[in-house]
Amino acid sequence: MSMLHRLFNFHGGVKPAYNKEASTQQPIAVSPAPTFLVIPLHQSIGGTPRPLVQAGDKVLKGQRIGEADGNVSSAVHASTSGTVTAVEMRLMPHTSGLPALCVVIEPDGRDEWITRTPFDYRNATPTQTRDYLRDAGVVGLGGAVFPSHLKLNPGKSGKLDTLVINGAECEPFITCDDVLMRERAEATVKGIAIMREMLAAGRVLVGIEDNKPEAIAAMEKAVAGEKDMAVIVVPTRYPAGGAKQLIRVLTGIEVPHGKRSTDYGVQCFNVGTAYAIYEAIALGQPLVSRIVTVAGNVEKARNYEVLFGTPMADLIALCDAKPDTDRLIMGGPMMGVRMPADSVPVVKATNCVLVGSPILFPPPPPEMPCIRCGECAKACPADLQPFELYWFSRAKIFGKAQEYNLFDCIECGCCAYVCPSHIPLVDYYRFAKSEIWAREKEKEAADEARVRYEFRLFREEREKEEKAARLAAKTAAGREKAAAALASVDQPTTTPEEDAKKALIAAALERAKAQKADAAPQNTEQLTSEQQAEIAAIEARRAEIREMAKPHLPPDN
Amino acid sequence: MNNSPYFLKPASVQSVMLRVLAALIPGIAVYVWFFGAAILVQIGLASAAALVAEAIMLKLRGKPLALFLTDGSALVTAWLIALTFPSIAPWWLTVLGTLIAIVVAKHLYGGLGQNPFNPAMVAFALMIVAYPQLMSQWPAVGATEFATQLDAIFGFRHLDAMAMATPLDALRTALHTAEAKATVAGVLGENAAVGNIGGKGWEWIGAGYLLGGVWLVQQRIITWHMPVAFLATLFAVAGLFSLIDNAQFAGPLFHVFTGGAMLGAFFIVTDPVSGATTPKGKLIFAAGVALLTWVIRTFGAYPDGIAFAVLLMNIAVPLIDMYTQPAVFGHKNGEHS
Amino acid sequence: MISAILVMALGAIVLGAALGYAAVKFRVEGDPLVEKIDAILPQTQCGQCGFPGCKPYAEAIAKGEAEINQCPPGGEEGIRKLADLLGREVKELSAEHGIEKPKAVAFIDEQICIGCTLCIQACPVDAIIGAAKQMHTIVADQCTGCELCLPPCPVNCISMEPLPESVETWKWKYPVFAIKPATKEVA
Ligand code: SF4
Ligand code: SF4
Ligand code: SF4
Repeated sequence: MSMLHRLFNFHGGVKPAYNKEASTQQPIAVSPAPTFLVIPLHQSIGGTPRPLVQAGDKVLKGQRIGEADGNVSSAVHASTSGTVTAVEMRLMPHTSGLPALCVVIEPDGRDEWITRTPFDYRNATPTQTRDYLRDAGVVGLGGAVFPSHLKLNPGKSGKLDTLVINGAECEPFITCDDVLMRERAEATVKGIAIMREMLAAGRVLVGIEDNKPEAIAAMEKAVAGEKDMAVIVVPTRYPAGGAKQLIRVLTGIEVPHGKRSTDYGVQCFNVGTAYAIYEAIALGQPLVSRIVTVAGNVEKARNYEVLFGTPMADLIALCDAKPDTDRLIMGGPMMGVRMPADSVPVVKATNCVLVGSPILFPPPPPEMPCIRCGECAKACPADLQPFELYWFSRAKIFGKAQEYNLFDCIECGCCAYVCPSHIPLVDYYRFAKSEIWAREKEKEAADEARVRYEFRLFREEREKEEKAARLAAKTAAGREKAAAALASVDQPTTTPEEDAKKALIAAALERAKAQKADAAPQNTEQLTSEQQAEIAAIEARRAEIREMAKPHLPPDN
Repeated sequence: MNNSPYFLKPASVQSVMLRVLAALIPGIAVYVWFFGAAILVQIGLASAAALVAEAIMLKLRGKPLALFLTDGSALVTAWLIALTFPSIAPWWLTVLGTLIAIVVAKHLYGGLGQNPFNPAMVAFALMIVAYPQLMSQWPAVGATEFATQLDAIFGFRHLDAMAMATPLDALRTALHTAEAKATVAGVLGENAAVGNIGGKGWEWIGAGYLLGGVWLVQQRIITWHMPVAFLATLFAVAGLFSLIDNAQFAGPLFHVFTGGAMLGAFFIVTDPVSGATTPKGKLIFAAGVALLTWVIRTFGAYPDGIAFAVLLMNIAVPLIDMYTQPAVFGHKNGEHS
Repeated sequence: MISAILVMALGAIVLGAALGYAAVKFRVEGDPLVEKIDAILPQTQCGQCGFPGCKPYAEAIAKGEAEINQCPPGGEEGIRKLADLLGREVKELSAEHGIEKPKAVAFIDEQICIGCTLCIQACPVDAIIGAAKQMHTIVADQCTGCELCLPPCPVNCISMEPLPESVETWKWKYPVFAIKPATKEVA
């Protein structure tokens, strides 16, 4: 049902070697459950789910083991049945090589599901459906792992013009969406239909790059019965599969950085996400596995249906990694991240495990100075001036980098790919971005500290005033009393109540004294001379500060 | 180990520079045809001086020699110096110019990629200010005898016999010094070296550069913006003024095909390091150079104005770039996040 | 040659004058300077600068009574920003005021704490929760790491714990240059 559809162009882009054939020769295979599953709790954008299980618990396949932390978060599930052996820090599939909290499960081999009940979304409120999807752990499977339930909201207007389904898959080597569309087109389209209903979207455009004829044919067949749903073939050019780029190509709309695409009447989902939504809603299965391409320096590249938590080592063992393998990359060669070890697990973001070697991905030639040739600007799909960003990031002039729209950079790598000086441009942007984020956090913390400090000063002031007021009141009362006493000499000087009060005060004073003795520094005896000197120095400094503080503080009590 | 992207396009500074050199060859060939092989000697001299200077400077600055020496950038500067200097200039003039370009204009400003001024143009400007006589003695067309030229270069013989002013120079001298009687038609018509367009020989050299330049555009090493803006502006201003008074102002075709116009349009103005980088900026930059070139050619004291025009515009580059930043994806409707 | 140099020198002087004029003419003077300085200071409120808090130090800088290099928590970066703001020279952090340390937060060993409230009184940002004779604890998110609670503690139960790096706080490092090693053999 491919109709004539006007395509738009996006600026820049590159045409690297695609290397997609090797992994599409065979159908999707199911990778066996490993001896241990290591399931990280934090697998999506947003808050880290709270663990719901502890060591020793028996779990079923699809049982929730991590509960979404707030609405911007997504649940995590056991990907097979078995026993939880630990909830502990394990190495994450993240470039940092840092650990995070994971649930370790020893499979029992029965692969026993929880009871699966399809979700009747037609008789549920949109909020209920979204909560269901959050608890089913459905996130964007294109790699960004943004919780899908948050995106399945048409916004204020209550409807959407266009739902864009991303089957472009522009990164070299990766074919998981390609094989998904070839083999599971029907189910994927059912998922798309559910999303369309939830978003009240007018038309659906499924964008697929023209280098995937089989997928195009399968999807065209599957959408044939659907109204206003079309497969649009887009020219193969990296990064046509970037959400913003694809929206632009299919609709001509440019969604600026930091804006919601629904404000522009469009929303974009990956085909893998559509399939996951179909499974969650129509089959009642939470997200426990995904299709992962294993490619690169392997004898048998292929796509596998992999349980989350499966160590990447197990996966590449199925594909016979060649002996000169020197790294694992999660994702493709343009944007993928290097893994710290092959023991890290497959997670929701793992669309591809790319096996690298020095021949496949040779170390870059030596970096030369930027000659401002502008190649990078010609290639940048975000219409940035990458060399300016590079210059500012390198000189750590972050304010300027932001002025030149650093945060519009999608880190696609086109600029670094074409740079004749072989400058690792994207590394500079990643560096600058994470510095800026850290600084913003610091700034927030500093602002909070300032507020709290000022409040404290204010409080101290207030307390002092209150104290003074009390004191004044007391003296005033005392004077009155004295006057009264003078006036009636015959009256006894003290009333019985006053005597009682005095006794009470005396007792309280005693107690306070005792307390003071209790609280008196206990470690001041038997100090070494250094310690004493240190204490003296600290005391001196504090005295000094107190001196200096005087003009700034209310008169001391 | 590096981060993504893990593979790169096979491109390098060296291949860019080598292709620029290759693109100069047609122009050089025509040059030799009309004015003799002296230019080849000059290119050799300048290249040798540039490489030696580059090597010494790299060594002093502690930069990897092999990597930077082979990047070809010094050679591009050297060739441009040789092509803008008179081909029968004494050897030391070329060598001195090259040394200034490489040592001062390039390395003292930070080396490859850092120089705010076009090195070849710095050399040209300094030399023409310091040695105006020597810098305006060009070989006459047909005076191609190699031995004579060699003598001129290496200083054994007076060059008066074979030297003459370029058409531009002749025009300027005549219009500025002679009484109002001199006219463009008169001067250019009288001048022995003048052909029908840009001065005999010159228009053919210009055509050679044009050919190489178009190839560079096709190779995506330069974009069309600068050459088109430069030539169009030069053509337009010259055209306008010659319409107003064609006795005092030379015509557009003459301007475009004479002197360093073609070389400038495709090889000098387009120097990426010292030029503007945004598409709009490139147009403004090149148009500015063209305008200044025409002004200097017409009213200034020096025969060709490209060098000064380029240097003046170099100063304005940061400003031009700043004000011509292209709209970023999604910000095109004047929106800013 | 001389005239060339003269021309260049003249050019330099003219440009310099123009730039200098522009710098004076377009200088951004604005809202209370103290606020701006205070916005740069890290708000650790530690007193290491010799003032009883960031604000007093900011006031002193604004009045020209204090140097810009006295705040160790702000470190080099802070000094640079102050220098930018005030148009002063960047200086090294003055050693007598302390050294730049990675950020740490205070941690109370709850086994030892006797609940004396002395640390609560010392904390400039009220980040310590507790009451007399109750165990105290520190709200790590609000602790600025000023260390002011350390000296008053009679039982030395407070220690500074550096914040561990996590996947969320991890930062990309500054790219390293690989020029030298790669060309050694050819050079
Ligand atoms: S491609 Fe590389 S050398 Fe060219 S301008 Fe961009 S960063 Fe500079
Ligand atoms: S990585 Fe960023 S700057 Fe580079 S091409 Fe992609 S979007 Fe542009
Ligand atoms: S030294 Fe401490 S009190 Fe002084 S400005 Fe810096 S953080 Fe604030």
